[in-house]
Amino acid sequence: MNHDAYPDNYIRGILNSVKSIAMVGASPVNVRPSYFAFKYLMQRGYDMIPVNPGHVGKELLGKPFVASLSDIGRPVDMIDIFRNSSHIMPVVEEALTLDPLPKVIWMQLGARDDAAAAKAESVGIKVVMNRCPKIEYGRLSSEISWMGVNSRTLSSKRAPAPTQGMRLSLNRMSVGGGNTAASDRAAKNKSEQS
Amino acid sequence: MSDRLPGFSTLAVHAGAQPDPTTGARATPIYQTTSFVFNDADHAASLFGLQAFGNIYTRIGNPTNAVLEERVAALEGGTAALAVASGHAAQVVVLQQLLQPGDEFIAARKLYGGSINQFTHAFKSFGWNVVWADPDDIASFERAVTPRTKAIFIESIANPAGSITDIEAISTVARKAGVPLIVDNTLASPYLIRPIDHGADIVVHSLTKFLGGHGNSLGGIIVDAGTFDWSTGGKYPMLSEPRPEYHGIRLQETFGNFAFAIACRVLGLRDLGPALSPFNAFMILTGIETLPLRMQKHCDNAKAVAEYLAGHPAVASVNYAGLPSDKYNQLARKYAPRGAGAVFTFSLKGGYDAGVSLVSKLQLFSHLANVGDTRSLVIHPASTTHSQLDDAAKIKSGAGPDVVRLSIGIEDKEDLIADLEQALGA
Ligand SMILES: Cc1ncc(COP(=O)(O)O)c(C=O)c1O
Repeated sequence: MNHDAYPDNYIRGILNSVKSIAMVGASPVNVRPSYFAFKYLMQRGYDMIPVNPGHVGKELLGKPFVASLSDIGRPVDMIDIFRNSSHIMPVVEEALTLDPLPKVIWMQLGARDDAAAAKAESVGIKVVMNRCPKIEYGRLSSEISWMGVNSRTLSSKRAPAPTQGMRLSLNRMSVGGGNTAASDRAAKNKSEQS
Repeated sequence: MSDRLPGFSTLAVHAGAQPDPTTGARATPIYQTTSFVFNDADHAASLFGLQAFGNIYTRIGNPTNAVLEERVAALEGGTAALAVASGHAAQVVVLQQLLQPGDEFIAARKLYGGSINQFTHAFKSFGWNVVWADPDDIASFERAVTPRTKAIFIESIANPAGSITDIEAISTVARKAGVPLIVDNTLASPYLIRPIDHGADIVVHSLTKFLGGHGNSLGGIIVDAGTFDWSTGGKYPMLSEPRPEYHGIRLQETFGNFAFAIACRVLGLRDLGPALSPFNAFMILTGIETLPLRMQKHCDNAKAVAEYLAGHPAVASVNYAGLPSDKYNQLARKYAPRGAGAVFTFSLKGGYDAGVSLVSKLQLFSHLANVGDTRSLVIHPASTTHSQLDDAAKIKSGAGPDVVRLSIGIEDKEDLIADLEQALGA
C-alpha cells in the first residue's frame, strides 16, 4: 500500500466493513481530538472500546475503559491508535499477539511508523496512517462538505437522505473529484524530515 | 468506480454539488435561511463545540455557500475553502488568523490599489504592519524578512498592469522564512494559474471578478492548501494553541490539513461577520460552471486587442504579458501557458489628456471600476482606483498618469478593436 495517498475505495472498504473499533489513547476530556472521533464514530454505529490504562474504572460515553488491547477479551475489527509516532510500535506489537488478529490498524492524523505498518501488513492486516477516521467518514459521506472541505468526490446521484438526525450514509456512489496532492506532499516531506 | 481524476472543466461543473436528497433538484438550491434546526440538545452542543459537521447559522456556514467553497477548493487543488462577502473580507479574515498586533507581513508592491489602501491604512490601525517588496526583485522579499514577519502576500497576475509574479521563487523565500505564502489569484483564476502547484499555502480570490464572471455579485474566498505546518514555534497561536472560545480546542491538532480554513470560519468569519449571501453564492456558482470557456475567450480576445494596440501610432506602450516582446512574457509562458489573462494597461503618446479623451469616446467599453466582467471595461487608474496613492507610488504600482487599464470581455474581438479604432482615431 502506498501510504502517501490512499485510494478512496481502500478507505471506504475499511469503514464499511469494520464493526468494532478499539481506540488506544482515547481521552475522556471533551475537547481532545480522540474524544471527538470516539463520539462521532459511536454515533455512526461502530462498537467503540476505549483503551487507556490511566482511566480504568471510568467510562467514556457509557463505554468502560480497558487498560490494554489484551484486556478487551473479545475480537476487535480495527485498532485506532491515538498516540504519537514514537509510541506506535509497541501498540502494533501487542495487536499482533491478539487472536484473532484485528483486520485493520489505523494511526491517527500526524502519526506514522512505516516499520510498524510493514510488520502489520506482513500478516495481512490493512494499515492506514496519518488519517482521522472521523474526517474520512465525513469526507466520503460528503457530510464534511458542509465545512467547505474538498471531499475529492463527485456524484450525479441524488444524495442519500439523512437518517437518525443528520447522519449521512457512507454508501454514497461517487467518483474521484479533485486532488489535494500538495498537502500530501507536504505531509510526506515532514515525515521524512522527522 | 476508481479514483480517476476528472479534468478542470468537469470539476468546474460538478465539484461540491450533488442532487438534493429531498427534492432531486439538480441545480444547487439557494438556502435562503439564517438558521438551521438542531435534532436535540446534544446535536446542538456537538455543533457548537466543533465536534460534529453541520449547519448552525448562516454567518458561520450555509449549504449553498458550502458548494461554492468545495468547488473552488477542488479547482485550486486545496483541502478546503471558506467563502466570504468580498475579496477584501477574505484578506482581513486570512491575516487575522496569522498576525498579532505589532507583527509584520511582506506584500508585493504591485497589487490592486484597494489592497494597497487596505494594507497601508486599515491594517495599520489593527497593528498589522505591511512591509513592501518588489515582485521583480526577489531579493527584496528576502531582505524584508524579520523575526516578526508572519506571512508574504502577492498577486499571481498583478492588477492593474497584468504583470506575472514568479510564485515559485517567492515561495522559496517564504519557506526559508517559515511563513505561509498567500497568493491573490483573482486576475488569473485557477483556469490560468493554480498557485498551490507552485508553492502557495493560502489562495484568496475576489469572486467578484472572473470566477463569478458576470459583474453581478460580490464575493470572496479563502483556499487552504493544507501545506503549512502551523505548530512550529508557537508562531501561529490561533491555530496551534488551545482556543478559549472553544473550551481549549487546538485547531491544527483537531482538523489537520484543513485547520486554516476552519480557523478562518470559526475564529474569523464567526467573529468579524462578513458572511456571503447564499444568493450571491448561487450566482457565482453558476458563473464558475462556464469559467474555462469564458477565461479562454477573455485571453484570446485580450491578446488580439493588445496586438492591435501595440501596432497603433497613438499608443506609446502596451503592458501585456501575452505579447512576445513583453518583459513578463517568459513568466507568462511558464505560469499561464493558456493565456496571460485579460487585464492589462497601455499608455498613450498624448498622456493624461489623451487617456481621458479615449475613455469618453469609447462606445462598447464601459467606463467603470471593475475587472473580470463578460463586458469589456476601461478605466484610468490614476484618477480612480489608484487615486489615493501619491505619484511615486502610482508609478511603482503600474498606474502612472498616462496609463489606461482594460479588462477585455467575451464579445467579438473585431467589435472591440473597431471601438478602439474609432476612439483613438478621431
Ligand atoms: C486583485 C484583486 N484583489 C482583491 C480585490 C478586492 O475584491 P472585492 O472588490 O471583491 O472586495 C480586487 C478588486 O478589484 C482585485 O482586483
